[in-house]
Amino acid sequence: METLLSVRELRKTYRRGGGVFSQESEGARFTAVDGVSFEVARGETFAVVGESGCGKTTLARMLLRLIEPDSGEIQFEGRDLLGLHGADLRAARRQMQMVFQDPYASLNPRMRVGEIVSEPLAIHEPVLTRDQRLERTAAILRRVGLTEEAMQRYPHEFSGGQRQRIGIARALILQPKLIVADEPVSALDVSVGAQVLLLLQELQREFALTYVFISHSLPVVAQVATRIAVMRAGQFVEVGLAEQVLNQPQNVYTRELLSAVPELPRA
Amino acid sequence: MSGLLEVRGLTVELPTPSGWVRPVNEVSLRIGAGESMGLVGESGSGKTMLSLALMGLLPPGARVSGEAKLAAQPQASTKNLTTLSEREWRDVRGGAIAMVFQEPMTSLNPVMRIRAQIEEAIRAHQPKLKTDEVKRKAIDALRLAAVPEPESRAEQFPHQLSGGLRQRAMIAMAVAAGPRLLIADEPTTALDVTVQKQILDLLDRLRRELKLGLLFITHDLGAVAQVAERVAVMYAGRIIEEGPARNVLAKPQHPYTQGLLRASPTLKRGTLTPIPGTVPQLTALPPGCAFEPRCELRRAECAGAVPALRIISSDQAARCILV
Repeated sequence: METLLSVRELRKTYRRGGGVFSQESEGARFTAVDGVSFEVARGETFAVVGESGCGKTTLARMLLRLIEPDSGEIQFEGRDLLGLHGADLRAARRQMQMVFQDPYASLNPRMRVGEIVSEPLAIHEPVLTRDQRLERTAAILRRVGLTEEAMQRYPHEFSGGQRQRIGIARALILQPKLIVADEPVSALDVSVGAQVLLLLQELQREFALTYVFISHSLPVVAQVATRIAVMRAGQFVEVGLAEQVLNQPQNVYTRELLSAVPELPRA
Repeated sequence: MSGLLEVRGLTVELPTPSGWVRPVNEVSLRIGAGESMGLVGESGSGKTMLSLALMGLLPPGARVSGEAKLAAQPQASTKNLTTLSEREWRDVRGGAIAMVFQEPMTSLNPVMRIRAQIEEAIRAHQPKLKTDEVKRKAIDALRLAAVPEPESRAEQFPHQLSGGLRQRAMIAMAVAAGPRLLIADEPTTALDVTVQKQILDLLDRLRRELKLGLLFITHDLGAVAQVAERVAVMYAGRIIEEGPARNVLAKPQHPYTQGLLRASPTLKRGTLTPIPGTVPQLTALPPGCAFEPRCELRRAECAGAVPALRIISSDQAARCILV
């Protein structure tokens, strides 16, 4: 398997407390991500699962350089991502897109859906004509299960599931190689969340996408992951093939997480 | 089992620009003292509006019809919650009926110590109690909710507690005035799974020890399996299936309940089957069965009229012509 993304000893600390009224000393720091290393193969879904505060969202954002790590190394397609600047960074970024948790907060309420989804094109492919842009936007909206008419409407006119589809369309329109999805279904209803999970899997096959999938939910991760990393207090405590982690967990904390999943009675 | 809450044909109507809608439509259910009922539904099913109706917290302009009879004290006559005045509500709300909300951080007052918030709940219903008596009761409530070191935790502010402890403090506040019915609206949704289990265990223990009637509202079928003896599934304002939790979850009869179970992720891989379509808008409900447009088993007559709740066994019923 060819490696798409390679992460070495990634680390991020924040000042604890802080702020104008803080009485704590300058030296108190909180380690959000504590020396995490992993590789993601092209075409796989690498899932990171952990409870709130474990550092999984900080990790996700560092992968796209939305947060700058304190130290460590990120290689994307063999290039040192942290060393890139300006045009080179922009070029790398169009290959890696993010799908956010809250489809209510991640879409600009004052922009029409057509503008939201086509904005990345306007930035990264300015040579396109207006008609070409509209055509690409309509095509990707259809692909995620919406109609072209959606382009004229505003985010508030859509349900949570439809909004998440809009977010996915925006992430896909540049035909990226890597999608980092941070809790993409946890704000959605059960029946709609299942639709979005299956859509993500279809799109992965169709566009040869690689996913880094962040979630607090082992049952959700179980549906999509090729490999699972269990994260706790900034570190990976277990990494392995999904079947292995789910069926023969090696780490105590993984076992604890698995046993906390409520079971449904069976017929 | 003595009837604690008996809801019959409860309907809540709200005004919207496109006319009146019914988020709660002819709902009937019964909860006895010490019994737990899980109310399951997706967003827009009406489950939260039903709980607000039972707490007298409906938005202004809402119209309520039907009955919701509560035995506020073991031997006293029942009160019909749908006809209470705001003055009467003040005794019932937080007294005979208490509620625990989803997000403890937004439901607790951030600038009040935990103890003061619980004491306020006690004083509201027992104004003649002496100061040290109130104080003792507040600490007792925290102890009952299994808050470790209740005396020192009582002096803290909400932001100093973890999410799980905050939810325990909320539960302490809810049980402090000695309610008979506890309504818990998604009490564990904002919590981590390991903490979620502890809170569910706590609610279950309180129900047994205090003989509380528990109405547990959730979208999470796994959580329902853990705390509820009986389950009612709501869709578009109506109860579409009701019965013992084991039966409803293991042998669901309504196509929507079946679909919801298939759409719920479990640790088993490759078993996920979504329900097509979305929950209908209350302003545009189909004329017949509300689930008909999404139902794989639909027949021509399903679009004709709203099906009645059909009895499947002595204690299970489903609103579907196929059962």
